[in-house]
Amino acid sequence: MPGGPPVAVGDIRPSIASPLDACIHCGFCLPACPTYRLWGKEADSPRGRIHLMRLLSTGEAEPAAVARHLDACLGCLACLDACPSGVAYDEAIEDSREELESVYRRPFAERVLRLAVFALFPHPRRLRVAMTGAVLAKRVRLPGLVRRSGLTKRFPFVAALEELLPEISLTELWASSRAGRGDGRHLRRSRDEMVRAKGVARLRVGMLTGCVQQVLFAPVNAATVRVLSAEGCDVITPRAQGCCGALMLHTGRGEDARRAARRLIDAFSDEGLDAIVVNSAGCGSAMKSYDRLLAADPVYAERASSFSAKVRDVHELLGGFEARAERHGLEVRVAYHDACHLAHAQGIRSEPRRLLRAIPGLTLLEIPDGDTCCGSAGIYNLLEPVTADELGTAKADSVRTTGGALVAAGNPGCLLQLQRHLGKALPAVHPIELLDASIRNLRPDALRP
Amino acid sequence: MNGPVSVEQLGAELSQSLRRDQILVERAELRTYECDGLTGHRATPLIAVLPETTAEVQAAVQVCASHHLRFVARGSGTGLSGGALPDAEGMLIVLTRMRRIVEIDPANQRMVVEPGVTNLEISKAAAPHGLYYAPDPSSQVVCSIGGNVAENAGGAHCLKYGFTTHHVLGLEVVLPDASVVCLGSPMVESPGYDLRGVFIGTEGTLGIATSVTVRLLRLPETVATLVAEFATTADAGTAVSAIIAAGIVPAAVEMLDHLAIQACEAAVGAGFSLEAGAVLVVEVDGPSEECSGTFAAATAACTASGALRVRVAADADERRLIWQGRKAAFAAMGRLSPAFLIQDGVIPRTRLGPVLTRIAELAAEAGLHVANVFHAGDGNLHPLILYDTARAGEDERAELLATRIIQLCVDAGGSITGEHGVGVDKACSMPAMFSEDDLAAMLRVRTAFDPEGRCNPGKVFPTPRLCGERPGPYRPHPLEEAGMIDRW
Repeated sequence: MPGGPPVAVGDIRPSIASPLDACIHCGFCLPACPTYRLWGKEADSPRGRIHLMRLLSTGEAEPAAVARHLDACLGCLACLDACPSGVAYDEAIEDSREELESVYRRPFAERVLRLAVFALFPHPRRLRVAMTGAVLAKRVRLPGLVRRSGLTKRFPFVAALEELLPEISLTELWASSRAGRGDGRHLRRSRDEMVRAKGVARLRVGMLTGCVQQVLFAPVNAATVRVLSAEGCDVITPRAQGCCGALMLHTGRGEDARRAARRLIDAFSDEGLDAIVVNSAGCGSAMKSYDRLLAADPVYAERASSFSAKVRDVHELLGGFEARAERHGLEVRVAYHDACHLAHAQGIRSEPRRLLRAIPGLTLLEIPDGDTCCGSAGIYNLLEPVTADELGTAKADSVRTTGGALVAAGNPGCLLQLQRHLGKALPAVHPIELLDASIRNLRPDALRP
Repeated sequence: MNGPVSVEQLGAELSQSLRRDQILVERAELRTYECDGLTGHRATPLIAVLPETTAEVQAAVQVCASHHLRFVARGSGTGLSGGALPDAEGMLIVLTRMRRIVEIDPANQRMVVEPGVTNLEISKAAAPHGLYYAPDPSSQVVCSIGGNVAENAGGAHCLKYGFTTHHVLGLEVVLPDASVVCLGSPMVESPGYDLRGVFIGTEGTLGIATSVTVRLLRLPETVATLVAEFATTADAGTAVSAIIAAGIVPAAVEMLDHLAIQACEAAVGAGFSLEAGAVLVVEVDGPSEECSGTFAAATAACTASGALRVRVAADADERRLIWQGRKAAFAAMGRLSPAFLIQDGVIPRTRLGPVLTRIAELAAEAGLHVANVFHAGDGNLHPLILYDTARAGEDERAELLATRIIQLCVDAGGSITGEHGVGVDKACSMPAMFSEDDLAAMLRVRTAFDPEGRCNPGKVFPTPRLCGERPGPYRPHPLEEAGMIDRW
């Protein structure tokens, strides 16, 4: 507009009714999408899925036909970064999956599978009992029997789950059942656990223990508490906390997710908290979206938005202030894996790298094609095991090319998936475990397994 | 026609040569192919196939041939003129699974690729050898070389390096009768009629390219990029003329106007000033001694033409960000408007200033916003006409404005399309540029390859059906509403 008055984006763009409206069909998202790269099919690309979501919302497509392609979406959100028009694909897929769940009755085997997953994973106590069963079953070589019985053919999920489970001892499994493992003191009123900051406290933070994280990766939680304390945080771990609802949110179970969100907001109702710290990328990204999730809730909307504003991934929090604890040398070559829900969903890429690079002796390695999902994607590797396997194998190959002795990732799902595809020769650890080892002056071989 | 053949029959015949997962018949899945980058025109194909080899393409085309069925080839579906719009009674042949790099021959600076390989993947594969593929459409991260060949795609750097046709040496093509022929050769020049040259840019109306031999260039020794900000597009236009008049052949000269800057900055944050009336991105490349001279001259030309600020990219990262910003311009328009029309008119470079002023006047008359982002060095305009179908009458006004802008380009001594192709979008405008004799001559060439007119029908050549249609989301044609015609 030569000579005309300046125009701002908001002057022209009307408020967007649906996140889908911003999609102009340019296709820039295609090369970013793991399933499009595998199959080259429009319906399994972000642009194609948006097309299908529109057809679903206008009633022009059969829910069953749409479900297949929305189910195949990893929800890795690589497309979010690729989109120049700023389409909120994350919101779009959440909304559409919820809509789908309300109108579509899945085939029997799928219903059983989902029922099993949701009866187990968001419930740490049940998960721990089930894991105990799995460990014992492995001891009596039950998996072999199960495989021969043909049960795994009917429910490929059983095989996928069995292969995914890490090598974990019963002692480890149950040691974590006492939150904080006894090295903190209980706050009298709420029975919450608190670990004091070393030195003068800079922040008072609440910590999420997570479901899978506390059962299968208790050492990661312990390391997180130690590092936070060493860096000057009073760490409060509310006992009453449950699942954050991420798994439900990402699979269209909106009502369940909202219920979980409300409970977690209640658990972290301590107003003296400066931040709510999360060491699991998937949980953190869900908790940061509670404001949207509960926007229509008359009681919780306001609390949800102040809750979301306080949520910090642990790398984000630590990256935000000057290191206080001394870092000791840790001679190890580490490949850093970007968890999708850290990099794409929360835009956290540089902080974990910076924290790791600050460890003397540690060599940080970049994984080729690092922006691609490892195939874990929450419970995707249980629901869509074949695709997840393909992606997991490709990711493991990429990790191996780095020549690293360890691979680090800030999400329990990724750690399980990476470990399963890399085997014992190349351990997968949480970056916080490395930081903890450096602060405590441990040797690299002290890290799992 | 032998009468319509059923989808089941087609599926059965295709399954002789293709796996089940390569044959798409489900309606919802087919609908995801109903449009390419031009969303105003839509049609759902009868059936779609995903071949993985030349033999499979041949088999699919053979099935079409035996039933006199129409077919359309599609790559990444990023075209802006509807070149990959399916035929509702035909087959869609999707080439996105043919994405192998067949051969890299660094010594002879060429590469053989399948049609589904993206433009950028070619340059990435060539980079370890110090080589690259020059044509660089803004959609290069996703657009496929097969589509580039069909549309004779251009890009920012075509000012210095030329279009797709200057960088493709040979083609393997499946003709509409299912025969496979090779056009051109790996040699830089081959005797006889240049059928390769005939094929490139015919928008998929002559056959389907199944293998493309591209020419690679050595990566330039030096690249220097500047961003100059101006108060008005007229000043920026003057700078473009001044740069060319100084005898410089820049690698690229791109212009973004005020509105385009808003969208690009929101998308990428390349550091273009939000207050500027226009910015020019000027790049020179070549041997470092030559570059330093031409770059200084280009900078001086900008300053002399009233540049408010000239920023020089400090390193490769800053340059990459500038280009990312420029290349996201179309794709970022979703931030400004739920719908828009892109024009692709070409004008003589010397007329830039007056034509842009006139476009702004026309836009004001129509009560619409027009964002301009374009290859200024070539005079290849890309006015983006923003409209909202939710506001009554805007779509009609947008279409009218688009037609007036194109007429303006033709009147200024230019052309209706620079690089996006004619497709369905501008088929109606062909008579504005070509006489009946011209069009008849083109049609005879087409008929030599495709006597039955089954290969990408309804594109390039004007037909009455298309001219009654309006841009934007599908609405029934007045004659359809009156029950006088069927949609397809």
